Amino acid sequence: MELNAISIGFVVFTVFTLGGALGVVATRNLFQGTIWLMVSLFGVAGYFVLLSAPFLAAVQILVYIGAIAILITFAVMLTRSIALIKARYIRTLPNFIASLTLFLILLLGVTIPIFGPHSPESIPEYVASTRDLGAALVDENGYVLPFLLASVLLTAAMIGAIFIARDETT
Amino acid sequence: MVPLWMYLAVAAALFSIGVFGVLARRNAVAILMSVELMLNAVNINLVAFWRYSETGTDLLLNGYVFTAFVLIVAAAEAAVGLAIIITVYRNRRSVVPEEARALKG
Amino acid sequence: MEELCTGLCSILVESGAEAGLALFLSLLVGVLLVSGVPLITVILLIWIERKVAARIQDRIGPNRVGPVGLLQTIADMIKLLSKEDITPTAADRILYNAAPLVSFASVVLLWAVIPFTPFHYGVDLEIGALYFVAIASFGTLAIMAAGWASNNKYALLGAFRVVALLVSYEVPLVFALLVPVLLAGSMSLVDIVNAQNGMWFVVLSPLAFVIFYISSQAETGRAPFDLIEAESELVAGFNIEYSGMKFGMFFAAEFLHVFTNGIIMAILFFGGWMGPLYYESPLIAFVWLGAKGGLIYLTTLWLRNTVPRLRIDQIMAFNWKFLVPLSIANLIVVSFVLKALQELELAPRDLLNAGFGELLPTTAILLLFNGAMIFYLLGILRKRGREARRESQAARAEFAQTAHVGGH
Repeated sequence: MELNAISIGFVVFTVFTLGGALGVVATRNLFQGTIWLMVSLFGVAGYFVLLSAPFLAAVQILVYIGAIAILITFAVMLTRSIALIKARYIRTLPNFIASLTLFLILLLGVTIPIFGPHSPESIPEYVASTRDLGAALVDENGYVLPFLLASVLLTAAMIGAIFIARDETT
Repeated sequence: MVPLWMYLAVAAALFSIGVFGVLARRNAVAILMSVELMLNAVNINLVAFWRYSETGTDLLLNGYVFTAFVLIVAAAEAAVGLAIIITVYRNRRSVVPEEARALKG
Repeated sequence: MEELCTGLCSILVESGAEAGLALFLSLLVGVLLVSGVPLITVILLIWIERKVAARIQDRIGPNRVGPVGLLQTIADMIKLLSKEDITPTAADRILYNAAPLVSFASVVLLWAVIPFTPFHYGVDLEIGALYFVAIASFGTLAIMAAGWASNNKYALLGAFRVVALLVSYEVPLVFALLVPVLLAGSMSLVDIVNAQNGMWFVVLSPLAFVIFYISSQAETGRAPFDLIEAESELVAGFNIEYSGMKFGMFFAAEFLHVFTNGIIMAILFFGGWMGPLYYESPLIAFVWLGAKGGLIYLTTLWLRNTVPRLRIDQIMAFNWKFLVPLSIANLIVVSFVLKALQELELAPRDLLNAGFGELLPTTAILLLFNGAMIFYLLGILRKRGREARRESQAARAEFAQTAHVGGH
């Protein structure tokens, strides 16, 4: 891996992503956990930029930092029982071993080409633009049905969330 | 250029951290956050595979579009999940999933 | 790498500099220029804001330091920098110190995509408009972090109030932003300006501009939506624990955000650098953008200093019951009418290269539909206003009657 802007970016975003993720599972304080989650997801948005998907990067930041972070923060504040939970983890050691094993298996799977040819030597020159994505989303031979279903899902989730969280006493 | 397996390795690490969080954390909000980590690990994989796959002249947008849908599902899941957590907390004064067992026979 | 090396960089390479170093130096100069413009503007902006507010309130305003008080802001900065920098004992140190930085950065980062002239901009992202919305959401998170990290219940309550307001008004803001994107057929801000060569978008959809203007006024927390930091009624709000330059950062971020929004509105709706002779020299184009942005900025100051403050329930009801449905309806109407006109061959397929003449039928019909919507809305508002007046009159009459009976 030669030293250029993309590889430097990759290292930086790896630090963001994995550091933030470790922060999420390690921190005792849930508000800090939310901030760590955002650091991690910001790193993921960086990967999207490196993989020439800027639209996804912007949507990632908009959805996670603009909406989900705020949502989680409100949930953390509304359920202030951080002090009530004495132990951070349950069954720490077996769970740790299980996820470490999972990681090693996955790492083996992606580094050793047992399931087929090894990763490609080069990146394709041509890359689909945001315009192509937009056209594909409303193309009847493309993804128009999943696109409509996704909007139905979002509406249903919004109505469901309001209905579940509504306080019936007021 | 960064080889494909590096992206996959980072995604694997992110996914494993998320799995540990889901299995081991006791607070339901923390579990939800760990689920978000796992979803994002999947997204890295999808976008990386999309970017590195040889499409030839034909445009293949499956990975790109699928990632967008994962983002939509993540948003819906966070909204409904947090609503459930808040309701459970209101009724039982607890955010530990093991303690919400009123339906258990 | 080679395609990145243009302008200053190629001059450096020709004069014998190493390619990598030349690229780095030219990028550094670019970054310094793009971030320097907002940093220098903000010093001037605070002076302008105080002068305008003073004139509206029949005062003189800053007039002691420097000619007509121009150096007042610098004196204030020195004062803020030399103040004691207090961090509350129980505060979350890292978050507490990071929040003002993120808040300010979220505004400065917006300038990266602003096209100053046809050839001078930080970067022409194909998702420029989306970038604008995404970066602005950092500011919301910074306010939440500031409120929480201060470990003060008033700061936390203030932060909740701000975040509820910002999240709510982001919805109409984005829907209004989609109208120029739809008309230009592109999210790149450079394309959006170029598409206004024939006709400014404010003429094609004045309603979208009004919605964008109102919601960006709320996004910056200015009157009539300044409940988030109502100086005369509440303690400061989310930044109550901040002192010295950290407070100054929030302060400067707010002032700069107002001006940035003015510039963004000039780009989205008033044709950005477009104006007579803009192609003659980049300087003229830059002056046009600055003049349009500055004028919009001045109207926000005018609004800020002349309208009363709304209650929080009024702010929320206005947003969710009026602005959001209106912005959705406007988006639907504009997209349907534009598509219908294109099918009828009355509107050009591509606004990017359309001239003034080609756009006349489109303009007339879109304006007609917008006018009809505005007329209908004004009717609703008048009816609601009449009802509210009648109710308050009835309440007052009843009160007077009971007071009269009680008096005897």
